[in-house]
Amino acid sequence: MDKRIASVEGAVADIPDGATVMIGGFGGSGAPIELIHALIGRFLATGSPKNLTVINNNAGNGHVGIAALIEQGMVRKMVCSFPRSADPRVFTEKYLSGEIELELVPQGTLAERIRAGGAGIPAFFTPTSFGTDLAKGKPVEVFEGRSYVMERWLKADFALLKAELGDFYGNLTYRMAARNFAPIMAMAAARTVVQVSRAVEPGTIDPEAVITPGIFVDTIVEVADPAQEEALNRAGAHYPEVTA
Amino acid sequence: MTKLSNAQIAWRAAQDIHDGAYVNLGIGFPEMVAKFQPPGRQAVFHTENGVLGFGEAPAPGEEDWDLINAGKKAITLKPGAAFFHHADSFAMVRGGHLDVAILGAYEVAETGDLANWSTGPKGVPAVGGAMDLVHGAKRVAVITDHVTKTGAPKLVERCTLPLTGVGCVTRVYTSLAVIDIEGGRLVLREKLPSMSFDELQAVTGAKLHLDGPVSDLIVPEV
Repeated sequence: MDKRIASVEGAVADIPDGATVMIGGFGGSGAPIELIHALIGRFLATGSPKNLTVINNNAGNGHVGIAALIEQGMVRKMVCSFPRSADPRVFTEKYLSGEIELELVPQGTLAERIRAGGAGIPAFFTPTSFGTDLAKGKPVEVFEGRSYVMERWLKADFALLKAELGDFYGNLTYRMAARNFAPIMAMAAARTVVQVSRAVEPGTIDPEAVITPGIFVDTIVEVADPAQEEALNRAGAHYPEVTA
Repeated sequence: MTKLSNAQIAWRAAQDIHDGAYVNLGIGFPEMVAKFQPPGRQAVFHTENGVLGFGEAPAPGEEDWDLINAGKKAITLKPGAAFFHHADSFAMVRGGHLDVAILGAYEVAETGDLANWSTGPKGVPAVGGAMDLVHGAKRVAVITDHVTKTGAPKLVERCTLPLTGVGCVTRVYTSLAVIDIEGGRLVLREKLPSMSFDELQAVTGAKLHLDGPVSDLIVPEV
């Protein structure tokens, strides 16, 4: 019942080529930088995993985290709502040269598709995108005089997330707005891997304060003082480090 | 020609936000509306990434990058703030719980159609929460210059750019006028006193209708 694993390398060791991976975070807030960098480290050492489909709100910023994953050529397709950022060059160049596919999803539809995936609901109707280019080809139905677009659930093989406290059963709390997509991604992935800033004994987290119940979590790994994507970018960081 | 500055347009839009309203302000220009809440009124601001009740930006060096808004800018919290995950955040949006959403626009049609997310097929497309925000808020208002940088009307009969939403905008605050969209018509409510109706019509791409008196649009220097 102890869901701890000792290292970030071990936590991402089973992600295969071609996997669909949900990655938590909205911009740098909640981005599991150490898990992403461990995945890149594995790819640099072994050539795997590659041809990944990555689901996140954005498509990376600068040259760390998801941007670094894309820069290494590990990502075949991005599913996101807003593939722009302060420094979106890595994704932009690969997209414009046809090296990476993009499925653009309105932000609330992205969130609800993920929630539906975790809740066992294969499709739902939403007013969002009705009459726009992003609804092309999707079934439309009228309910109580208003038109709604049918959207499908979104599931993943793995979710890589960051949380604040995690007990050995996988119960999680988050720090401020860093939770964003994490609680719903934890539900929607077949295997949910979480880096926690502090791993604690069961009973340490007040059950009233648990945000993600451990049933949705498979693996936790402690990463004390995790890197913050925004701070890394302000320092001009690259992963792996560029040597002159 | 005299026209309102962006800050003045934001000021005018802020006068229509009631005390206790739950409000989402789009990224960029609409964020300015928060600065002009009338004294004695307090709105609660929602940001899509999962915060209700945020305040101004922190002082430089005081940023906490786990506490940001939808534009990825650092924010602070007011007493009574709340965090929530993304599916709950957009339930607030689509579920009719927001009183007002205020957005920017490339084009607004007399039908209430809005185009504000894409200028066409070039480059990398990005939509964010714009298509969600136009559905569900009790009022969807647009703040915008009355015309484009090249002088073309932004209020039109039919949008030519890719749509964000169909029939969703209820009021437009421009640099020259305040216009309601009712029953597929632009209804003029306020205009700059220095402009005649005909002058305003000449820079508007769809017919302006009158339904009751037109007030003077008078905004202080801000």
